[in-house]
Amino acid sequence: MSSRMNPVAARLFAAVVCLLSLLPGAEAADLRPLLKQLASDERSAVVEAVEALGNSGDPLALSILEALQGGTLRLTPAGRALIASDTGSPLQELGSGKAAAADPTALVTPLVSNQVRRAIEPAIAQLQLVSPDGATRLKAARELARRAGPEDAALMRAVLARETEPEIRLALESALARLDLTNPDRDLRLQAIRRIQAQGDIQLKSELVRLTAAKEDGAFAEPDAEVRAAAAAAIHAIDRRQTLVGLVANLLYGLSLGSVLLLAALGLAITFGQMGIINMAHGEMLMLGAYTAYAIQNFVRSALPGLFDYYLVPALPAAFLVCALVGIALERSILRFLYGRPLESLLATWGISLVIIQVVRLVFGAQNVTVANPSWLSGGYAAAPGLVLPYSRVAIVLLGAIVVALVWLLLQRTSLGLQIRAVTQNRPMAASMGVRTAWVDTLTFALGSGVAGIGGVALSQLGNVGPELGQSYIVDSFMVVVLGGVGNIGGAIAGAMGLGIVAKYLEPFTDAVLAKIFLLLFIILFIQKRPQGLFALKGRAAEG
Amino acid sequence: MNGTGKPGKTWKRVLGGLAMLATVASTTARAEETIKVGILHSLSGTMAISETSLKDVALMTIEEINEKGGLLGKKLEPVVVDPASNWPLFAEKARELIQQHKVAVTFGCWTSVSRKSVLPVFEELNGLLFYPVQYEGEESSYNVFYTGAAPNQQAIPAVEYLMSKEGGGARRFVLLGTDYVYPRTTNKILRAFLHTKKIGDADILETYTPFGHADYQTIVSKIKSFAAGKPTAVISTINGDSNVPFYKELANQGLKATDIPVVAFSVGEEELRGIDTKPLVGHLAAWNYFMSIKTPENSAFIAKWKAYVKKHNLPGGDARVTNDPMEATYIGMMMWADAVRQAGTTDVDAVRQAIGYQTVKSPSGFDIRMDEKNHHLWKPVYIGEIQANGQFQVVWKTKGPVRAQAWSPYIPDSAKKIADWTYPWVCGNCTAPKYVN
Repeated sequence: MSSRMNPVAARLFAAVVCLLSLLPGAEAADLRPLLKQLASDERSAVVEAVEALGNSGDPLALSILEALQGGTLRLTPAGRALIASDTGSPLQELGSGKAAAADPTALVTPLVSNQVRRAIEPAIAQLQLVSPDGATRLKAARELARRAGPEDAALMRAVLARETEPEIRLALESALARLDLTNPDRDLRLQAIRRIQAQGDIQLKSELVRLTAAKEDGAFAEPDAEVRAAAAAAIHAIDRRQTLVGLVANLLYGLSLGSVLLLAALGLAITFGQMGIINMAHGEMLMLGAYTAYAIQNFVRSALPGLFDYYLVPALPAAFLVCALVGIALERSILRFLYGRPLESLLATWGISLVIIQVVRLVFGAQNVTVANPSWLSGGYAAAPGLVLPYSRVAIVLLGAIVVALVWLLLQRTSLGLQIRAVTQNRPMAASMGVRTAWVDTLTFALGSGVAGIGGVALSQLGNVGPELGQSYIVDSFMVVVLGGVGNIGGAIAGAMGLGIVAKYLEPFTDAVLAKIFLLLFIILFIQKRPQGLFALKGRAAEG
Repeated sequence: MNGTGKPGKTWKRVLGGLAMLATVASTTARAEETIKVGILHSLSGTMAISETSLKDVALMTIEEINEKGGLLGKKLEPVVVDPASNWPLFAEKARELIQQHKVAVTFGCWTSVSRKSVLPVFEELNGLLFYPVQYEGEESSYNVFYTGAAPNQQAIPAVEYLMSKEGGGARRFVLLGTDYVYPRTTNKILRAFLHTKKIGDADILETYTPFGHADYQTIVSKIKSFAAGKPTAVISTINGDSNVPFYKELANQGLKATDIPVVAFSVGEEELRGIDTKPLVGHLAAWNYFMSIKTPENSAFIAKWKAYVKKHNLPGGDARVTNDPMEATYIGMMMWADAVRQAGTTDVDAVRQAIGYQTVKSPSGFDIRMDEKNHHLWKPVYIGEIQANGQFQVVWKTKGPVRAQAWSPYIPDSAKKIADWTYPWVCGNCTAPKYVN
């Protein structure tokens, strides 16, 4: 209000404004100049408008900011805010949801860049802090814990005073603790440091480091010695905790890599152990499984789009069947004649792998194909600060466990499994007991290839699917089988998990390339000492 | 035929006659002369995701030139070979193109290791190569024209943007790349550049993964812990399809662009086609062209491309996009065609003299000029943020085209070198002119 207005006019003006604010749609009028500023070409003006909206405390401002963040906000030249939808439905009025008519060419889409987004997130958090929904408030409190400035302290204290949920109180207290680190009151600073130590939040560690740092003239940033000592102790505690979290994280990453290797190598352990055939086409079974997942994905997407999220359910058995059938075809036509001839089987299966790769190139194209993750496999679970477990990896560990369990059941509890084990241990004796060894060989090869197919489906969720997918896993599969001992599942599990975990513990220190080199060297040395691998089959025929 | 079964004299005469007919027929067929243009891009393997579109846009440009009457009265004939992301095979195929197919010019290569592999072949056989991809500099060959960005036209402006307030004010950097010459040299230059900006080695984390690497769990986790405390940015020189699992891991571990922005130098619209880009909104790339640039020239270029895709039923259909190396291939081809017309011949030495000073109106709206001295283009610089639809939104750009510095001033050894193929220097990497007046 102008200072030149006389008092009567000022009071009249205030009264009129109050009356106007009672009218519907008038809330938008208060925000109209800010909306006009959002449409500005200057990113700094947009950032200012966003911050002002955050401070306004107006629930309509929250809808505006959320629409801005989601990219659906459109502004008319007159300053009205409209919501566009990307599914093609008509424009809606902000707040009321009514359909609105507007000239599409005159609409302005506000500029949103990282700089603007960095301002939107705390502004939304400010507005969400007073939301009636607990989950929203918690999210807002956590966001403010990371980015709040001193101007938010009053709001946070006010909300803390009437907040009852313990998790939200915790988040708000840690946010305030961060701000309290620069509070003139010494006791408040000590209290803040103790709170940060208890929380163990690595983001706040740098604030503590700054406290203990010395300025150029030798004086410390933090004048009080006791506070400095407390800060140093807190830094040690946070570091120890981070090291522990890091160790656990690497273990989990190693398990997930190990389960990928296990799914890839399990089939090979079965066929290599059973028939002594070095199957260089094993990687291509993985690739065929991945392409089966791709084909099923396309089929489900076109025929049953609503069930797209569950396309993995038919993809797994389909991949098993496809690869088992390909395995049977291979075994019956070519490999059957190559038992006991390792060099020929190596060359023949290498040639077969090249043929399969080229056939896939002709059918699907030489480039990678896109296999989309279903929504329940995207994202991750934040187990601890600094430790996020992606859902896709957790699912693959579970899948590996299930597949191993099923294969174990098959081998130990069915008659086919009994025959497979008999033929593996002593082929001539099994034959003289009436086991049809040729038929058992075919089924074993089918089983190994089918398991590889399932492994391929898992790989399709993690990385690229292209004709050369198998080539990158064949060496790893052989490493697992050689390390773990041929012909038994326990060896494959031990080999896969061991390699996965060791690789993941080496990587932070040596980089991915060197880690691979060290692993190969380790396996070469291990084989010198123990050629039969970790878990070897015992018995005369097994060594023969 | 006589009784022994061996072909008799009559048979021999018949065969000889047929052979003569065949040669006559083929020579008359060859009378329809064409100018052969070599296309040397990986159509399979880890780099196929990036390079296949370059082959397609090269074929499109050749078709366009042929529709306008060809060059010097002859049609252009493309010779496409597939070196399959195999670097030694690149050299073999380059030799095959020049010696066997007798191509007048080659458009090819993406990775610097492929370019380094073919360089001796082109220099030995005096061929001509147009290299359309951003690279690490430290090279200027008599036989190569570089239509992609040198570090000062891409990497340095990107780092300066990240350090600015608008870009997030980064004070810590993660230099993550694929393990070969381009990322290693670029990171050497960037490290020296960051030292001049008072960012010490303690604030720089340099790490590499092999081609085709797919497991980025530990690396993303390491980035997160390295970033705790200071505003950090990641500079990614990952090449090929490893980018797909890398971006997926970023999304899975919740690494948001507002916290730790990732700027990539080898990821464009084409590489993003196979990824769900919604969790990646806000991450950046630096190029000299984006499909989202709004100029009439770009709309015409995109329309031409989409029509070509439709006409030839290319896989991907409507989802096909244009990107910087495609634009660079187009510019290079147009420049070469102009130079051939000016020189009146496809002879390499004549054309080479004519290419310097050539100017082409590029889809970005600017007049792009080939620098006659260092064989590089003057290019504008754009920095864009990934949008949910896989396009880029420009957040920063230079006012106009910037001259390329083939030899980086930030590395002491190369700061002294000059690339100048005009008289009196006539060299690509010397400290003194060859001919002294």
